[in-house]
Amino acid sequence: MPSEAVIQIKGLYKSFGANEVLKNFNLDLLRGESLVVLGKSGSGKSVLIKCIIGLIKPDRGDITVLGQDLLSLDHEELDQIRQKVGFLFQSNALYDSMTVRDNLEFPLRRHTINLSQPEVDDMVMDALNNVGLGHTVDMMPAELSGGMRKRIALARTLILRPEIILYDEPTTGLDPITSLEIINLMNVIQEKYQTSSIIITHDMKCVKIASDRVAMLIDGTCYALGTYDELNASTDGKVRAFFD
Amino acid sequence: MTIKIPDATREFLNDAGELSRFAGRFFYEGLRPRYEVREFVRQCYVVGYKSLPLVGLTAFIMGLVLTMQLQPTMVYYGVESQIPAMVGISIVREIGPILTALIFAGKIGSSIGAELGSMKVTEQIDAMEVSGTNPFKYLVVTRAFATMLMLPVLVVIADAISLYGSFLGVNIYEKTSLLLFFRKVFENLEYIDVVPAVIKTFFFGFAVGIIGCYKGYYSSKGTEGVGHSANSAVVVSSVVIFILDLIAVQITDILT
Ligand SMILES: Nc1ncnc2c1ncn2[C@@H]1O[C@H](COP(=O)(O)OP(=O)(O)OP(=O)(O)O)[C@@H](O)[C@H]1O
Ligand SMILES: [Mg+2]
Repeated sequence: MPSEAVIQIKGLYKSFGANEVLKNFNLDLLRGESLVVLGKSGSGKSVLIKCIIGLIKPDRGDITVLGQDLLSLDHEELDQIRQKVGFLFQSNALYDSMTVRDNLEFPLRRHTINLSQPEVDDMVMDALNNVGLGHTVDMMPAELSGGMRKRIALARTLILRPEIILYDEPTTGLDPITSLEIINLMNVIQEKYQTSSIIITHDMKCVKIASDRVAMLIDGTCYALGTYDELNASTDGKVRAFFD
Repeated sequence: MTIKIPDATREFLNDAGELSRFAGRFFYEGLRPRYEVREFVRQCYVVGYKSLPLVGLTAFIMGLVLTMQLQPTMVYYGVESQIPAMVGISIVREIGPILTALIFAGKIGSSIGAELGSMKVTEQIDAMEVSGTNPFKYLVVTRAFATMLMLPVLVVIADAISLYGSFLGVNIYEKTSLLLFFRKVFENLEYIDVVPAVIKTFFFGFAVGIIGCYKGYYSSKGTEGVGHSANSAVVVSSVVIFILDLIAVQITDILT
């Protein structure tokens, strides 16, 4: 039985001036799967997932997230959707001026108003322990290493228990051992909370371990789609370029 | 025949237009709920407190030096008793507001530009937006309101400190009491000296805040972009402060 799609992207177009980044891009994310999007630097991967969360408005096309047409939502409805879709930013986007605790509390306090302080504290510690960094709760982001920052950012993304997680290059800039830790963490989260995820990466090891399916973003379209092994067996030069 | 606008002029006009639109958005969003009161109070504290030592020190030195430099000339013409009146008027009407505003632009304008610029570049502004927060309200409205409110307060404090510096300056040459000195200052100050001088500082403060935010909010990618935001925030707001000062003096002239 084919499972339902939690995100559907149809005929998406986006240009910045003369720079056509997305040209008729189509993709579905199924419930419970991990879908990796591969693409060269500058091919528009970040633009694509920022469209899904409503940070960038596409020029044309349809995006359906959890059954709702994203582009016709008003501000409050969009906020509702954003609670269910977590976003791990490429540059972590931790608030420099706030402690780790305040960073994690921020989405909680902003989205859900009626939580008591003990409840908030519990959720923060829970999220931090999930990524194994409970002891950093009162530190500033600047005091943490790159890998720790990534994990804190992941904890902040998870704190609202999203159904869908969008990862923008979760392992870029980390050493091989730390990236493996992050990938394993992502797999654990996937199993524990039954999330569906889109993972953007250049890291072929990450693709091999974490992906159920792989989509290739080339020249603004979804050029190829399949499992890792299917694409690895492809003879198309543009596809092979990622594997060799 | 079409008139060709030089590129630099076009860029300047574009920038000025964008900045006006940004300021317009400030009023549009600032007057509508939700109000970010906590962040506003925090910003008032940061903006006011951070610049107080520097403002105080320069104001003190300014008052002292001004008095010491006036002294010989005033003695020459035998009007040294008029020093408090003269210094008082120049500090309250012009030196206090403009000096404080320029220091404020250098200290606070640049830090707002750099802070928002780096938040932009590291996607913190995007992260706020997906966390159910309007970043314009949370970052821009609070900061511009805070600078608008705190600069007048700083100017009043700076005026007082500067006059105290002047009092010490007078005392180098002859003994006077603080009471006598301040009585002489206030005898010669009228509402028309004080009120416009205070009103214009609200505009100076707003200019520093909104320009810092504008430069940071539209910072270009990379760390270089952040430095550029901070730098141009200071340059543009300093120039705007002088222009506003010029306008203020014209308006005061017409009204009196
Ligand atoms: N806000 C913007 N304004 C103008 N152009 C933009 C903007 N955002 C992205 N672009 C352009 O869109 C293209 C795709 O950018 P994007 O950030 O999506 O690349 P990417 O695939 O995520 O690359 P990387 O792997 O380096 O992160 C780039 O050419 C970039 O210059
Ligand atoms: Mg990217």
